[in-house]
Order: sequence, then C-alpha cells, then structure tokens
Amino acid sequence: MNKTTTRVAEIIINELKLEDVTPQTFDADLDLVDEVGIDSMDLATIALVLRDEYGIRIDEDDYPKLTTVRIIAEYIDNKLTSGE
Amino acid sequence: MITVSSLLDDHWYKRYKEISRLNIRSSIYDVTDHCNLRCKGCFFFSSGEHKAASEEKDVSLWHAFVEKEMARGVNLAILIGGEPTLCLDRIEAFYKRLPTFCATNGLIKVPRDRFPDMMVGISLWGDAADEKILRGKDTFQISSANYEGDAHAYYLYTITPKQLGKIEKIIEKITDVGLKVHMQLLSNDEGVDGFSWKPEELVDVRAEMDSMLDRYPRTVISSKYYHKIITTGEMLGRRFGWMECPSVTAPLDKRTPRPKRLTNFIRWASDLHTMHRCCTSETRDCSTCKDGAAHMSWVMVNKRSHIKTAEDLQNWIEVYEMFAKLYQFIPW
Repeated sequence: MNKTTTRVAEIIINELKLEDVTPQTFDADLDLVDEVGIDSMDLATIALVLRDEYGIRIDEDDYPKLTTVRIIAEYIDNKLTSGE
Repeated sequence: MITVSSLLDDHWYKRYKEISRLNIRSSIYDVTDHCNLRCKGCFFFSSGEHKAASEEKDVSLWHAFVEKEMARGVNLAILIGGEPTLCLDRIEAFYKRLPTFCATNGLIKVPRDRFPDMMVGISLWGDAADEKILRGKDTFQISSANYEGDAHAYYLYTITPKQLGKIEKIIEKITDVGLKVHMQLLSNDEGVDGFSWKPEELVDVRAEMDSMLDRYPRTVISSKYYHKIITTGEMLGRRFGWMECPSVTAPLDKRTPRPKRLTNFIRWASDLHTMHRCCTSETRDCSTCKDGAAHMSWVMVNKRSHIKTAEDLQNWIEVYEMFAKLYQFIPW
C-alpha cells in the first residue's frame, strides 16, 4: 500500500472504531458500503477529516464513487496532483 | 474485522445490498396550519405548532422552496400537519419534483389522476369507540371508502392502550379493504385519561403486534425488532431520548456529543421559514416519546452498531426494509 492508502485506512479505522484490523491489514479493495457497512453520514465524517488533513474538498456528488480505500486514496492523490 | 458478508448468508446479503445504497434523505414539511379534525393527542395542535408560523399561501413560493430543498439534498418529502389534502396545490409542488409521502386523516380523497403514485399514509387511532373519543368521529368508514384497494396507500394505525386485545379486529378490517397497515403507538401528548401507556401494557402490546405480523404478513408492514424498540425504548443496551434521537432539525441541533443523526434533516413549518425542533412535538418528553419514524430512524442511522452478530444485522435490515417500503423506495 502507498502512503495515502495506508493513511486513509488508518483514518477510517479510527473514525469508525473498527476492531481487529490495522492500516496494514486493511484490504484496500474491500467495498466500504457492502462489506464494512459505512453509510453516507460516516462518509461525510471521513470526508471532513480528509479535507482537513489533505486540504482538498470532496464533493458530496462524488461520495457514491468512493467505494474502497484504494479508490479514495487515488481520488486524493489525483486532487493533489491536479492542485484542485 | 467483522464484515457484512461474514455475518449473512446469500439470501440476507442480497437483501442487504438492495437497501445499502438507497441513501434516503428525508425532511418533514407542515403543509398547512389547518385541519378538518381536532384530535385529542395530535401534537400539531396540542403543542401550539399550528400557531408557530403563518402558512405561506403563494403557491409559486412553495415551488421555489422545494427546488431549494432538492438542492440541499432532500430526496424524500414527508408531508404532515395540519391536514395536507386541504392544500393540493402545495402537495403538487413536492410531488412534481421528488418522492413524496402524504399523511392524511383520509377524509378527503387524494385525486389519483393528479397524484397517481404518491404514497398516502392514512391515520387511524383505533376502533370506532376510540376514534370517537380522540377524534370526534369514526374516520375509518370514510377513509376506507376513499382508498379501498389503493396500491399507494396504507393505514398508519396508532395503537392506544385501550386497543389491547382488539388489534386484530382492526387489522382484519384493513385487510378486507385491500390496504396495508403500519402500527405505531400513541404518545398521548394531551394526557387523555386512560390513554397513557403502563409498563405492563407495553409488554402486552408488543406481543400482540408480533402476533399480528405473524398472522397477517401481507397486510402488516412491520418488524419484530421495531416492536421491541418502540415498546421498550431500548436498542443494543442504549435508551432512546434526546441525546440519541436522530430526527432533530439539523441547524437547531446543538447536542454535544452529536449522536448519529439523519443527514440534513429539517422539519419545516408551513411559512417555509420557521423550523421545528424535531419530527414531533417540541413539548414532548423525549424519554417517553413513542414516535414510530424517530425510532425507525434511530435504528437505521446506527447500522454499524448492528454489524456485530447475524441477528443484529438481520434486525437492522428488516427495519430499513420496512422504512423503504413505507416510502416506496422498494416494493411492498
């Protein structure tokens, strides 16, 4: 996992208080809705933490696309690269 | 880490996936200050909400208001107080744009040529005797004639303590007119003598509600977990109350810590500016609130707390499905 992926996993674990998993063992391709069971409110909370950490804005319209830790990490990296 | 699929077999996992991405974002709207009944225990009148604001009469402003609500992310409009069907033009402002549910006492028939698939929830407060005491007349006779066999209508049956042992007769009557029913409990905001719940009555009514669900599964839209929550006020060892309720108007919500809540929920008064505190009476004691939608929402927003055992998660799925059926996000 790259640095962003590990950090996103860590944030999700902390925010959702997930047990028996570490950023290193978190399956980055696990579907966050279908398998972890997060809902839109969870995602909104996570988006706020990511915004503060990375200085990026995550549009609410993009939430449905952010289905895994890997996809969220790629989304962040793309935003940072493009300077949005 | 416990995952959803590790707890569910294929059947339940399929059911979970059918609702997991629905992302329902409801708000509640008072459509008018007026009603064609004055029921004892109706919180809209008992807590003075009908005087909180003066209703907006310019229909064009209702249309503009609904546009703004949609931009805010609302995807389900729940229309209540006083009697929405007195103002069909205002209902239409919602119905033209987004999924809309209209609560009514059923005395006025919603014209189906104008609102062909709008979900209508018809309030019913018991048998003819209870209805006469609490509402001044037996509304079932009129509402059942208006809505018999309507595929987009169901009864919202508010059970009172006086209904213990008599619920089945009501369910039979509803079955006979080809409608569905969802059961909830009277909160008795006006303290009408004999209509407040005693602990032992709540035990009995839960058993009776469970029995109705078993015996009339095609008519009764409910779940035994919902019956448990609404009669005990407890969920996963937590007690329902102000610090747990998800149905608090978002801009007025100053609670710390902020509990899991409905995203962007607001209950609007009919002036389109005033906000009410929550989905029900501002004067109600939250610790004894029996509001069915608030309790359903309480379960729904706490999904992750239910991802502990298969039974907990199945309970959550059944409550979510019930809500989704009542507001037409999934079929009956």
